[in-house]
Amino acid sequence: MEPTDRKYSKEHEWAKPHEGLAIIGITDYAQEQLGDIVYVELPQPGDTLRQFESFGIIESVKAASDLWAPISGEVVAVNEELVDRPELVNEDPYEGGWLLKVHPQDESEMDALMTSEEYEAHLKTLEESS
Amino acid sequence: MSSYIPNTDADRRKMLEALGLDSLQELFEVIPPEKRYPHLDLPPPLSEMEVKKLLRGLAEKNADLDHHPCFLGAGAYHHFVPAVVDHIISRGEFYTAYTPYQPEVSQGTLTTIYEFQTMVCQLAGMDVANASMYDGATGVAEAGLMAARVTRRDGLVVASTLHPRYREVLRTYTQGMGMDIQEVGYGEDGGVDLRQADQLLGTGTAALMVQYPNFLGGLEDLQPLSELAHGVGALLVVCVDPIALGLFRAPGEQGADIVVGEGQSLGSPPSYGGPYVGLFACRQKYLRQIPGRLVGMTTDADGRRGFVLTLQPREQHIRREKATSNICTNEALVALAAATYLAIMGKHGLRQVAELCYHKAHHAASEIDALPGYERLFGQFFKEFVIRTPVSPATVNAFLMERGIIGGYGLERDYPQLGDCLLLCVTEMNTKEEIDSLLEALREIGDAR
Amino acid sequence: MTEPLLFELSSPGRVGCRLPELDVPETALPEKYLRPELPLPELSEREVVQHFTRLSQLNFSIDTGFYPLGSCTMKYNPKLHEEVARLPGFARIHPWQSESTVQGALQLMYELQEYLAEITGLPGVSLQPVAGAHGELTGMLIVRAYHQERGDEGRTVVLVPDSAHGTNPATAAMCGYKVATVPSDPRGNMDVRELERLTDETVAGLMLTNPNTLGLFEEHILQVAEIVHEAGGLIYCDGANVNALLGIASPGELGTDVLHLNLHKTFSTPHGGGGPGAGATVVTEELTPFLPTPAAARREERESTAAATEYYLDYERPQSIGPVSGFYGNFGVMVKAYAYLRSLGECGLREVSENAVLNANYLLEQLRGYYHLPYDRLCLHECVFSGKAQANLGVHTVDIAKRLIDLGFHPPTVYFPLIVDEALMIEPTETESLETLDAFVSAMRQIAQEAESEPELLRDAARTTPVTRLDEAAAARKPNLRWQG
Repeated sequence: MEPTDRKYSKEHEWAKPHEGLAIIGITDYAQEQLGDIVYVELPQPGDTLRQFESFGIIESVKAASDLWAPISGEVVAVNEELVDRPELVNEDPYEGGWLLKVHPQDESEMDALMTSEEYEAHLKTLEESS
Repeated sequence: MSSYIPNTDADRRKMLEALGLDSLQELFEVIPPEKRYPHLDLPPPLSEMEVKKLLRGLAEKNADLDHHPCFLGAGAYHHFVPAVVDHIISRGEFYTAYTPYQPEVSQGTLTTIYEFQTMVCQLAGMDVANASMYDGATGVAEAGLMAARVTRRDGLVVASTLHPRYREVLRTYTQGMGMDIQEVGYGEDGGVDLRQADQLLGTGTAALMVQYPNFLGGLEDLQPLSELAHGVGALLVVCVDPIALGLFRAPGEQGADIVVGEGQSLGSPPSYGGPYVGLFACRQKYLRQIPGRLVGMTTDADGRRGFVLTLQPREQHIRREKATSNICTNEALVALAAATYLAIMGKHGLRQVAELCYHKAHHAASEIDALPGYERLFGQFFKEFVIRTPVSPATVNAFLMERGIIGGYGLERDYPQLGDCLLLCVTEMNTKEEIDSLLEALREIGDAR
Repeated sequence: MTEPLLFELSSPGRVGCRLPELDVPETALPEKYLRPELPLPELSEREVVQHFTRLSQLNFSIDTGFYPLGSCTMKYNPKLHEEVARLPGFARIHPWQSESTVQGALQLMYELQEYLAEITGLPGVSLQPVAGAHGELTGMLIVRAYHQERGDEGRTVVLVPDSAHGTNPATAAMCGYKVATVPSDPRGNMDVRELERLTDETVAGLMLTNPNTLGLFEEHILQVAEIVHEAGGLIYCDGANVNALLGIASPGELGTDVLHLNLHKTFSTPHGGGGPGAGATVVTEELTPFLPTPAAARREERESTAAATEYYLDYERPQSIGPVSGFYGNFGVMVKAYAYLRSLGECGLREVSENAVLNANYLLEQLRGYYHLPYDRLCLHECVFSGKAQANLGVHTVDIAKRLIDLGFHPPTVYFPLIVDEALMIEPTETESLETLDAFVSAMRQIAQEAESEPELLRDAARTTPVTRLDEAAAARKPNLRWQG
């Protein structure tokens, strides 16, 4: 069951509104697909994210995937713990393994994302086609 | 039948039967009939004896360094190769092995690469080295591309005293990447013109690229160059002669960010230009942008120490069009030769090789400078130096060859302003007798003029 | 027992190699340039030899066993080649020596160029690239130069099949191109309809491999070439799989404009644990002006003088893309490929491909039913299976690979091409005997059985090797890439 307190993108990122900001991370499905995560390359506070554009790279032993911004905004904070413990993203993708916090540029961008139900349905179709 | 194909007609018949086929031709019916079985106009096959005779005949048409004193350098060098090196790289377990993608059966290769990486770092004074590039020239090119990735800038300022051929390869490699390459000239002492470098460096510069010792043989202090580069947020890329690092301060101690170089001098013969090995090292913070393979230490399921290829997602087979480079096959066996060379020479041996080169080269240079009609140019050098000759360099070399001596490198094509100059190289392989015969021949040319 | 590293064996004062005394007067060393410390190890010769010899014994190699690695062509490396490459007249000649003193070397290079042109049906040859990917870069820079020269600036895209080797898109990106992927059809060919849809005037070229990485000959190759050529694009062929076509078909006759060869695959030169290779690039007459300089050339006049020797290095190529290497390519590797071609001749080469293709089809037939076969048609020199039936039992291709190691074989190429789930790409080459092939088949059948009855055997493999499965995640999270002491 995907958490209902956030929205999801097709690229398996989530954005959760929190105290005027939005926290961004990847989903459980994404971390499972990637395998043991070894490194996360993230922007700096002050950088700008643009919705659906690449903002970083998440690297596992066997893959290096782009991270796609679920919404636009200015980066306010980056999860420093991931430098020493990138495996946090595998262990706790929805809480402790958060990637960054942004100041959202446009609230309406959330409408372009999926609800937890819609995302679950999306995952089902992926499973069926594989 | 080729002796490399074990199967006989009987074996093939059995196999065709298992496939339900009557002939080998049936395997190729998928190929358009009009394109099938072209006639190839190639010489008829020869036995092993005949091939050996043929190749020996071709080899004997070449004047080799076992029989001729050689004073050529300019990017390829005649250094001593201890017997151990060829002995080790001739072991079938090393030279017929594949790339170590299956670490459980490749600990030999992986361990030696880890040792190679370590010693390259020790020589260069850097934090990380890769498992090798193709050669010094492509190492320089990849360093330029890496600097551009790291700084997100597209300008390169390159010393004109960086090997001319390396500069050309840099241009070839970057022609599709929209980079802006500018050259900075040299001053009276042969070192980089600092004033000009200062003018050319700017906020669009990804790297300042220099050679140490430079192509004209000269040594210079890298610190001012590093300050100029870092002052505009650019990287300092230094291309080295690893033998020189047996004696002289490492670029890593002088502010270099990326160190590249030609490793041929470390245990490989000149071999008419290849195979050689590119050294590539950088600072820890650029680790994820380094091209090529990396070997890392880890443990196995039972807690034993072992080695694996690591950080592979940066490479072409995973990252594909976003890879740090397209490099796949590198120069692993030549890197093994370098590792064996450094192991057998060690701390004392490498320093001794460098000192022999230094003293012999300086003795030859000062003797030649004293000959009427000859003049040595530029300042402090290591094992190569520039001599202005009384007649054209080509004439000098032709005369030397008549005496059985392989002369120097004529600079006219690369540096028109030095069109009457030769670049001479003296290494530990040149005995006093060889140097004396060179001096005698040069004196004769000078006198005859 | 883990073999210690050089740095752990090192002991202060040990010396490996004695050098002669200085025989000329000393010159004062420049103090300010001297390094205070040289932190290299100190070992005696005996230790160095023992160390590296013991390490070599930890390796699998062609000399010790079977390497059915798809797309790598791990064929036997003839020992004659090692001997001739070491002749002083080849190994100890300097690249800057005057041409009259290296006529044998230049003749070898020239003749090798001629042979490769003959074999591929493409007249323009450069021996400068030192690896396949290097040859690809050379080839794609030529494609770019060709379009630039015609003022055709709008060609910004290169098409690459979904089954392509990773170097293909990486190379295209290094030339400044965007990459678009062409899917494969259910028969394992490039989807011609999709190709047609994707090909327009923005396409600089198509990079394909034939036979492709599924080991299958592109059945519509002539049509594919026509589609791309009609839109003004060029066909680049990755020659990694040429071992299937020697004397069987010429890439030049199949619409190829640019091709790279891997001398360390098809032409028997050794892999060396990851190199050195040699990756000649061959092109059509029209593209020859763009090849790197210099190339070995020959003057027609039989009588050569010191100034105008019979064989020489030709630098006259004003439209060249420039050099791609410090010198002329991996000459020491060329000597081996040359010896190979002189040993085989036309019929020897044809035998190579006939046997390589027969061996691969034999394995396909013998493994059919034990592993899922995604494309059921005659293959060429390699065949691709999928471990997906076993994956349903919780055993993945990586486990199959590690178990094969326990049974004495190097695994095939795994997880490539990407379009096949749990891929196993098997290329036996022509230099393996029927006995070896049957032994391999037995092992693979045993593993298929074990996947059902004793899967833990596979998941725990490899257990008979000097090290067992290594922690790759730890290696990547906290990279330890050099000895710190």
